Amino acid sequence: MAKANFEVPALKEYAEIPEINPGVMAHSKPYKSKPEFQEALGFPGELVEDWQKQAINKMGDLLGRYRSLRVYLDSCVKCGACTDKCHYYLGTHDPKNMPVGRQDLLRKVYRRYFTLAGRLFPDLVGATDLTEEVLGDWYNYFHQCSQCRRCSVFCPYGIDTAEISMAAREIMDHIGIGQKYCNEIIGKVYKIGNNLGLPGPALADTLEGLEEDVFDETGVEVKYPVDQEGADILLVTPSADFFAEPHVDGLIGYGKVFHEAGVSWTLSSYASEAANFGMFIGSYDNMRRVALRIREAAIKLGVKRIVFGECGHAWRVAYSFLNTLAGPWDFLDPRYPVPQHICEFTYDLIQQGKLKIDKSQNDDMVLTYHDSCNVARASRMGDKPGGQFDIPRAIIRRVCNNFYDMDEETIRDRTFCCGGGGGLLTDDLMEVRVKGAQPRVEALNHVIQEKGVTHMAAICAICKSQFTKVLPYYGMDMDQIVSVHQLVSNALVLTGQESDDSDDAPSGEPENAAA
Amino acid sequence: MSFISDIYAYLFYFATLVLLGGLALKILQYARTPAPLKIPTTPAPTTKTGVALRMTREVVLFESLFRGNKWTWIFSWMFHFGLLLVTLRHLRYFIDPVPVPIQMIQPFGIYGGMAMVVGLAGLWARRFFVDRVRYISSRSDHLILALLVAIGASGLMMRFVLHTDIIRVKEFFAGLYNLQVVTLPADPVLLLHLLLVALLMIIFPYSKLLHAPGLFFSPTRNQVDNPRERRHIAPWAKRLEQE
Ligand code: SF4
Ligand code: SF4
Repeated sequence: MAKANFEVPALKEYAEIPEINPGVMAHSKPYKSKPEFQEALGFPGELVEDWQKQAINKMGDLLGRYRSLRVYLDSCVKCGACTDKCHYYLGTHDPKNMPVGRQDLLRKVYRRYFTLAGRLFPDLVGATDLTEEVLGDWYNYFHQCSQCRRCSVFCPYGIDTAEISMAAREIMDHIGIGQKYCNEIIGKVYKIGNNLGLPGPALADTLEGLEEDVFDETGVEVKYPVDQEGADILLVTPSADFFAEPHVDGLIGYGKVFHEAGVSWTLSSYASEAANFGMFIGSYDNMRRVALRIREAAIKLGVKRIVFGECGHAWRVAYSFLNTLAGPWDFLDPRYPVPQHICEFTYDLIQQGKLKIDKSQNDDMVLTYHDSCNVARASRMGDKPGGQFDIPRAIIRRVCNNFYDMDEETIRDRTFCCGGGGGLLTDDLMEVRVKGAQPRVEALNHVIQEKGVTHMAAICAICKSQFTKVLPYYGMDMDQIVSVHQLVSNALVLTGQESDDSDDAPSGEPENAAA
Repeated sequence: MSFISDIYAYLFYFATLVLLGGLALKILQYARTPAPLKIPTTPAPTTKTGVALRMTREVVLFESLFRGNKWTWIFSWMFHFGLLLVTLRHLRYFIDPVPVPIQMIQPFGIYGGMAMVVGLAGLWARRFFVDRVRYISSRSDHLILALLVAIGASGLMMRFVLHTDIIRVKEFFAGLYNLQVVTLPADPVLLLHLLLVALLMIIFPYSKLLHAPGLFFSPTRNQVDNPRERRHIAPWAKRLEQE
């Protein structure tokens, strides 16, 4: 078990709603962004002198720009339906981590400066001045929200705390206090092209290495091209896919699928990142700047389609916002949606019977599937509502024999966040990450105990990184989290592939070995 | 009594003005504020008809709340449905002749009044007994509940304990349409009931009661999930493109 200087929550048999414990997480805050990172994004380097006034002005500006913010700050009736829905509340017991508790940090300032009732009777309606203390709470608690939107599913008005957190972070960035992790990463994207700061040559090296590995393993020359002009497909994937386990196994899988589909594809060293942290900090401008890089790459390489790899929030930005931020995409092939998810791509091939699959290659695993928040509650796949739940599951069932879903209350649109999304995937927030993962890990533990599940598949780079780090705190193994396309990769029999043992020749439709 | 009747007449003019004016301004403000990005909470409908259905389920059945918390759902549905019946029942005091459906609803209006008070009591109890809900309740949350309970209780009292001269009440409101002040019955329970109703009308556009119009403007609920097919660009974002 990993070492922790805080108490790791115990996993219980039944999910429990804890009693509130005010202030237990008041100490948790991420490192502040240094002036150089702030300025690269167009924000002041440090806390500006008249920060109060500027923060209120910024709030007013955002209220005029975002209907969501305006309506959500007005509409909450304090019904409490969201209070037990946030994984950070369930894991930490701090009432400021209840979605409504978190919103109220901003709402009470909104009431004070922008509503009649709050101006006249602040005490009555719970309105307060924007003090240093309030600002401190903003910084701490709006960085304990992974913007997973679970709260918005259950709220009678659809109030989405993610929208409020984004607005709060945007206000804070505008007065000079940003979060180091997010802002430094966005800077790296501008400078080098991806979150990890991998320069083009390093990328090319890595991809060459992958080609060799796949060749050694299968005897088939699968290509992992970069900056190939005139390719049909531009693949945009999180940079984690370029080097770390289990991400890279997913990338290997995408390459094999493209190879079998017989399409030409390429990565771009300029837009070598699918993730768009501009969303986490609520900055339309930065989100747009990051998104435009994909447009530029697509134009320069002359591709016809864009496909996104496995990353949750990247898919949200791609599916929901890319057309708006960086469209129109009329120069691409209109027969395909822009962009497409790699799961949609693979699923289509499966439907057409174009992939030869040997399910038994995954027989060493019993799988469950983790719906990543941004995919589940903020995007879609295919053309029907809910395709984002069904398509990945259909792929998993097609490539492996043993699959069990976790408890119905904790999957699909009710899924629990991994605890590391929304710009929280940083060591300085380890405590909240571990505690926030508790509801998910608890549900996972159930299927481990009851169904003998050994591995959990996911299609989000953040989820994968988070679980790799956090599962050991709960006594589980870091490699129990796998990529969906890693499973595809294991089971896919490439055309011309030498099989490992000839008497167990892979067949297109092996029998169901286990129920 | 005409002094009090005068005051009530002005009070109701004022309350109506504040309610309608305030709501109109709020609705205008919501409608004018752009929603720059598609943010429906998925799985979301991909057509406008689908959205209309989703919205109807939210308004009529409180679908999300049902998934969120069964107790709150039961009590608030009781309260709101009761309130609807009561409001329909009350229409006969303001309309002449009284339409047949409104006549038929009269006895149900009484049950509505009771359901309303029971629902409110349940919601209020939660504010004391559930520690999470207690934590988020501000004084105004309690006061609005108190106000609604008092309106319901005083209304029921007039039905069951101290009857009031309803014909004259009706004449009073009919008079208001013609800018004439007809004397109200000098009945303390009635006066209290009316005073509280006027108060409710006045705070409506300045309180959390804005959840009523708010729901219809909630982007997570009212947006069609079609961002790949349609660009969805707000005027202020469009300007960024021209730079
Ligand atoms: S968006 Fe997710 S993390 Fe944030 S308050 Fe809601 S449930 Fe919690
Ligand atoms: S569920 Fe919605 S209305 Fe109820 S307390 Fe939470 S945010 Fe407010």
